[in-house]
Amino acid sequence: MIIANDPLFADPFGLPEVGVVLLKVVVAFVFLLVAVMFNIWFLRKVISDMQNRIGPNLAGPWGILVTLADGVKLFFKEDLIPEKSHRFVFKLAPYLSLIPAFLVFAIVPVGGDFNRTDDRPDGFISIFGHDTLLQVADPPVGVLFFLAMSSLAIYGVMLAGWGSGSKYPLLGSVRASAQMVSYEAALGLSVASVVLVSGTLSMHEMVLTQAGPGFNSFLPNWNIIVTGFVPFFIFMVAGTAELNHPPFDLVEAEQELVGGFHTEYSSIRFALFYLAEFMNQITMGAIIVTLFLGGPAGPALFVPKGWWVGVFWFFFKLMLFLFAFVWLRATLPRLRYDQLMDLGWKLLIPVSLAWFLVLAGIQIGRDRGWSSIEVGTFAVGFGVVCMLCGAVLMMALRSARLQRLTDLEEERAERSESERTSNEGTYRG
Amino acid sequence: MAEFTDYIKGFAVTFKKLFEERVTGDYRGGMAKPGQPDEKRPKVERLHGRHVLNRYEDGMEKCIGCELCAGVCPAKCIHVRGADNDPDNPTSPGERFGYVYEINYLRCIHCDLCVEACPTQAITETKLFEFSFTNRDDAIYTRDELLVGDDGKPQQLPWEDWREGEDELTSGWMRATSPSGDHRYEGVVQWSGELGYGVRAPELGQSADVGDTGADAGTSGGGDG
Repeated sequence: MIIANDPLFADPFGLPEVGVVLLKVVVAFVFLLVAVMFNIWFLRKVISDMQNRIGPNLAGPWGILVTLADGVKLFFKEDLIPEKSHRFVFKLAPYLSLIPAFLVFAIVPVGGDFNRTDDRPDGFISIFGHDTLLQVADPPVGVLFFLAMSSLAIYGVMLAGWGSGSKYPLLGSVRASAQMVSYEAALGLSVASVVLVSGTLSMHEMVLTQAGPGFNSFLPNWNIIVTGFVPFFIFMVAGTAELNHPPFDLVEAEQELVGGFHTEYSSIRFALFYLAEFMNQITMGAIIVTLFLGGPAGPALFVPKGWWVGVFWFFFKLMLFLFAFVWLRATLPRLRYDQLMDLGWKLLIPVSLAWFLVLAGIQIGRDRGWSSIEVGTFAVGFGVVCMLCGAVLMMALRSARLQRLTDLEEERAERSESERTSNEGTYRG
Repeated sequence: MAEFTDYIKGFAVTFKKLFEERVTGDYRGGMAKPGQPDEKRPKVERLHGRHVLNRYEDGMEKCIGCELCAGVCPAKCIHVRGADNDPDNPTSPGERFGYVYEINYLRCIHCDLCVEACPTQAITETKLFEFSFTNRDDAIYTRDELLVGDDGKPQQLPWEDWREGEDELTSGWMRATSPSGDHRYEGVVQWSGELGYGVRAPELGQSADVGDTGADAGTSGGGDG
């Protein structure tokens, strides 16, 4: 049962319910397309502001229709398929990257009242008298579905590069798959921390656990605080890398790879990639909001009630992340490939793994009924041990490197010495 | 730790830019609806734009059809053919005049070598570069289009974006390449007058006397000697 949590399906399931489901699907679909349109405009406008430019301002008020103009232009461009390409794969690839982007959004709760005072359950809204969730589907495996879809999206990029039959796209897609695979681990581990804390995989229940007042009944009960910020930052970095978004846009590094995997694409097929890229940004932002910032559940201090409050909070938080993505793009230079791999494998994965262990330890302590002092001591002790281990490891690496360097120096000195003597020998001879 | 604070500093820099003044202007290429802003950025002195063919103050054309401009053109974009003047009704003073004069702006690189080569200052450049065409034929400017009008002002063709007062900014480099071959102005004007404008004054950078910074005149003079 993929949609089990929705009260819509608790009652006898008939035509009206199908109508409600269809309505939700259509609304989500249209919303995403329009949101991508505005997201691209938003990106271009904010990034031009950050570069002291005016930016697009001709199509519509404040240039708001610039994406539409771009889309219409792309639609009427010639659709080229390279001679050496694998035609079927070449045509398939854009859809493979677009569809997962759409599907991920289906599991994101976008609204609902999470501070109800009456006895009806939290987070439901009523459409034509039918109680339902304000999300297209709420599979019990929600988060895993997200991970699966973001892994599937790699295929779009990879097949696009391979199917183009050209070297730069291939290099781009090789980089893409390596990057996405290595950051998926850190992404998964930080998601695991969230899952551990909230004790559920369903996105809706995750929002439920984050609703209401948290620590000291002042701070919100959001996972960003409950998991201690570190998984949030790791998810943010790994998610940016997963999106191939600057500073991790090695996949389409223009200076090195022309356009990376979409070099050979033109016309509407290119538009699909473009659409998928920015749609992924929105869905990644939405996932971050849901996992770490309580999704539609606002801070408990917020007074008004109603389903729109949840919608407001969701979009408010989503906008913050979309702005953050643009800010990253405007500020950070692209990483080198080895830096990218270093960051992923040597920093993010160990840190997220260690943090996951700490959280697991605390969780076990709670289950066993330890006092908070004991838990705190454990956490601090574990942290100290981790840091000591890290320090020892770093020292070992550094001394090994120093040793290598001195060895190299000696070797060089010896070689030049021997060369000189041998040269002298030849002169004498 | 220093690295980390540097990162934060970078973010602060880009965020501050949000509230700074914009360096780009609101240019709409002369297609603005009423009420919309449409500003050009001020152009630098001696910018090379599209050419004009000048006339003397009495209305005679300066071009004598010598083809030196066509010969010097590195992009081979100028096509000139001279013809003998009608003795009763001459087009230019002297024997010959430019009968055919065409410049292909799909090839022109605006190097101004034609302007330097011209012995009569017939061809000079305006500062206009805001012109575009939708077919290749329009890119070839003929004599009729290049020649200044009866008021001595450059013709404003439909696909060009002229603004108020921009026609004043023509023929700057001409005075720097006066017929003596010396760009220095030595108290004697060595260039001829123009229809509509008369004899133009020496321009900035041509002499130490005329509102010039000594360093500029010194270096350029030395280089030329």
